[in-house]
Amino acid sequence: MSELVRKDASELSALLSAGEVSAVEVTQAHLDRITQVDGAIHAFLHIDTEGALQAASVVDSKRAAGETVGSLAGVPLGLKDILATKGLPTTVGSKMLENWIPPYDATVVTRLREAGIVILGKTNMDEFAMGSSTEHSAFGPTHNPWDLERIPGGSGGGSSACLAAFEAPLAIGTDTGGSIRQPAAVTGTVGVKPTYGGVSRYGAVALASSLDQIGPCARTVLDTALLHEVIAGFDPMDQTSINAPVPAVVAAAKRGDIKGMKIGVVRELGGEGYQAGVRQRFDEAVVILESLGAEIVEVSCPSFDYALAAYYLILPSECSSNLAKFDGIRFGLRVGDDGSRSVEQVMSQTRAAGFGDEVIRRIMLGTYALSAGYYDAYYGQAQKIRTLVAQDFAKAFSQVDVLISPTAPTTAFKIGEKLDDPMAMYLNDIATIPVNLAGLPGMSLPIGLAPEDNLPVGMQIMAPAMADDRLYNVGAALERALVAQWGAPILNSMAGV
Amino acid sequence: MSEAVISYDEVLEQFDPVMGLEVHVELGTRTKMFCGCSTEFGAEPNTHVCPVCLGLPGALPALNKIGVESAIRIGLALNCKIAEWCRFARKNYFYPDMPKNFQTSQYDEPICYDGYLDVDIDTDEGRKTFRVNIERAHMEEDTGKNTHMGGATGRIHGADYSLVDYNRAGIPLIEIVTKPIEGAGKYAPEVAKAYVAALRDILRNLGVSDVKMEQGSLRCDVNLSLRRTPQDELGIRSETKNVNSLRSVERAVRYEMTRHAARLLAGERVIQETRHWHEDTGVTTSGRSKSDAEDYRYFPEPDLVPIAPSREWVEQLRAALPENPAVRRARMQELWNLSDIDMQTLINAELLDLVEEAVAAGVSVDAARKWYTGELSRVANEREVDVAELGITPAMLARIEELISTGALNDKLARQVLEGILAGEGDVDGVIASRGLAVVSDDGPLLEAIKDALAADPSVAETIASGKLQAAGSVVGAVMKATRGQADAARVRELLLEHLGVSE
Amino acid sequence: MSAISRDDVVHLAHLARIDIPSDQLDHYASQLDAILEAVATVSAVDTDNVVPMSHPVPSTNVFREDVPGQSLTANEALAGAPAVEDDRFRVPRILDEE
Repeated sequence: MSELVRKDASELSALLSAGEVSAVEVTQAHLDRITQVDGAIHAFLHIDTEGALQAASVVDSKRAAGETVGSLAGVPLGLKDILATKGLPTTVGSKMLENWIPPYDATVVTRLREAGIVILGKTNMDEFAMGSSTEHSAFGPTHNPWDLERIPGGSGGGSSACLAAFEAPLAIGTDTGGSIRQPAAVTGTVGVKPTYGGVSRYGAVALASSLDQIGPCARTVLDTALLHEVIAGFDPMDQTSINAPVPAVVAAAKRGDIKGMKIGVVRELGGEGYQAGVRQRFDEAVVILESLGAEIVEVSCPSFDYALAAYYLILPSECSSNLAKFDGIRFGLRVGDDGSRSVEQVMSQTRAAGFGDEVIRRIMLGTYALSAGYYDAYYGQAQKIRTLVAQDFAKAFSQVDVLISPTAPTTAFKIGEKLDDPMAMYLNDIATIPVNLAGLPGMSLPIGLAPEDNLPVGMQIMAPAMADDRLYNVGAALERALVAQWGAPILNSMAGV
Repeated sequence: MSEAVISYDEVLEQFDPVMGLEVHVELGTRTKMFCGCSTEFGAEPNTHVCPVCLGLPGALPALNKIGVESAIRIGLALNCKIAEWCRFARKNYFYPDMPKNFQTSQYDEPICYDGYLDVDIDTDEGRKTFRVNIERAHMEEDTGKNTHMGGATGRIHGADYSLVDYNRAGIPLIEIVTKPIEGAGKYAPEVAKAYVAALRDILRNLGVSDVKMEQGSLRCDVNLSLRRTPQDELGIRSETKNVNSLRSVERAVRYEMTRHAARLLAGERVIQETRHWHEDTGVTTSGRSKSDAEDYRYFPEPDLVPIAPSREWVEQLRAALPENPAVRRARMQELWNLSDIDMQTLINAELLDLVEEAVAAGVSVDAARKWYTGELSRVANEREVDVAELGITPAMLARIEELISTGALNDKLARQVLEGILAGEGDVDGVIASRGLAVVSDDGPLLEAIKDALAADPSVAETIASGKLQAAGSVVGAVMKATRGQADAARVRELLLEHLGVSE
Repeated sequence: MSAISRDDVVHLAHLARIDIPSDQLDHYASQLDAILEAVATVSAVDTDNVVPMSHPVPSTNVFREDVPGQSLTANEALAGAPAVEDDRFRVPRILDEE
């Protein structure tokens, strides 16, 4: 393995700007690494060798010509295959879009390109981002680099796995109920779901519009912040994006000083249902935070007990509408058009053939929850619980600066283990869902390995809206203390892939 | 396909009609409701489309400010309340002309609600005002256009396949829905027509749409039901779609009244359904049955933030509204002292604005009416253009009238001036100069011409001298001819009589 | 809350335009039923006087100026379509439902 692929984005950035290495060399090293390991990992659905080297060489030329380039210019990245890329396949992990090539770039993709970040390819995901394991990808599961028999989390398992497998130092994910944070937790990487509206959603294939958010993924808190800064900010193409200055996330990630901060442990997110090793590592991390000068208080958010149920009504409802456009008329798969069938029959056959089981389940559930006669009891009631969740957060943040919890109730489970039990699968998101419902930012960062299975455990940090910088400040402080304690980053303890 | 009907009088003896009118108006914004694609009519297929209005994966709507502003202005002009806070909603149903398979619309929170529109209709007791109450006016988006291919009829039935052009998809629409229109009785068809006509005038006057029913920028759906007496519950209604001319609105209401009545009298039930109006045959035919009611699964559109028009904004828009066309007409008729017939002539010919502008520029009402309904209408008709498009400005007419009043032009010369302007020879003074059209006001040449004329026909001098003054006309005519119309006929007559020593 | 029947699945599948084979209807009915039973716990919460939350960010009145932007060319628009004719999207025959 080339030494270059072990380096963090900020290290690569320093080498690149000092001229010690070229962007093409960095890119080639990562492409080689992908060739070497991705057969086993399957983090990528599509690798854009030519485009990546081309983008890298443009960065090198600009640097050679003395032009100003972004600090991450020339650093490679894995892009979740949910973001539209002009001229590059965008499948959303679905047969429905197997051959679709968008005629436009997502806003985030435009910003990455403008920053000179090199897109290596598109990463695997649960179909339409529905899942917590990446097993629901129509193109086969991604394997966790810590244990190839296990899931890398989901829906953004390709993005988390490519970081953990050193195929890329940066990745982009999307998070509707935990799809950035839970994969980060089970792969020992860092992922942030920004404040809703903090990053433009334009060009991200929608799952649940009022919950979805694009976010940065990396191996360190600082790298995550650097990427966050590149992609965040108002976009007129997304009228739900927030027209306000981006929180100072990079400065916060460099600061890492939590002396005097009040940190709340959410009583409802922990305890029963959480794996013993997860609880143990979490409790130890709380002690470290306290030792760093933070005041720890327990906070209760009673409505969180209903967050999962509310989420599994709101999400299917919105997705049943968002996914209606996949009908085989304007783009993507068409099935059964032999001249004998009506458009309605062709649409129905196309959707049955193009969508996997989990997608069909959620569309049906959402169709039900929105139907006449059930709307008030299901969707309407879920939206009210959403208000209660937001109120619980508001109350908690009147007492503390950030909230913390384990990110996921368990470490990575075995591939196939929960595939036939949708409700068991849904429980993976129990701790990550509340911030999506309230539109708040959340981070997951590694806090050690569970003693019983030697698999990574993540801590979730949650902050008020547009206070994303607090995540990075707390995360950086904790990361620094933990790495000092371990003597090396957590991924160094992973057996070679 | 067509069903039994009974006579209209028979309907009225036994039933009371209740109508509901839904009008869709396409706004004349430059861009679509949720994206920057052009709304221009008649472009090549699928060239005014983008990821947003094609509903491509990942695209998001971005609301057009003028779309919202137009909706508020329409609401204000229809005496509606303007919502303090409202949202868009998704109306979910599958149809190939709708790219997202949901329409971004408004559901239980329309931006405008509770308005009314007063319309005048002719009744047996003279002209009467009828109030149509308006339930709501809300914002939504248009769909694409299907062309049905193959099959014998070229219609949707029997077609082999269809071709879809999404240029129209996403063009802003305002849907204006009346409350049930009750109490119109036998005048129901006239009320329906008068309402759509009045609405069209208001929308045109606001400048929010070109309101061309034949191009589909104004479309009307007619809901109709009958009941035995006004005290009864509402009957089952039919919904006749896309009735696309004023005359058709009237005819469709009348037809549906007779069709419903025939069914009810035959002991059959009216089916709640969508019906299609056929302009050529003047009947409606059954479309989709609404028996298993649609389930549109409306929910608030999460991709667009709520709209909360500030009261300052609303009042600003209200203050800037143009005068209501009906109010304006009444005011002008009184101001100009015109008969109903004269006023109606101007309205029908759509000359009100021009006459008003000419009057404002200093032309008398009578002269302005004379020019616009006379000479200018004739020329416009000849050239198959609107009078307004002729290029004769109110200021030009004012200048011509000024020259006539000072005697520098007469009617005949004025027509030549107009002719010159229409031929692109310049403005009033330019044409007069280049054509040398000034009235000859020097008596010398006129007297010479008079003498020449008398010399050509010596007997006429005697006739005039003998007191038969009407014979002077032939001399005046000869002089006018000789001076190519540039003489002041009255002055010629004066000089002639003076020359012959005859007094009037 | 009532359970999901086989007929409910047929109705939902029609609304959602998904052609579910009849031998899978029971399977979907039982899975949806299980999920619904779990999410029906929302009804246990007292939400009188609670305002529903449709948008997580409290902003209002975000507008775009009425200024034309870039459209796609017909070629770009049609490039991903399964069937095209005369610069239009070709679709199977439409039953008259709307």
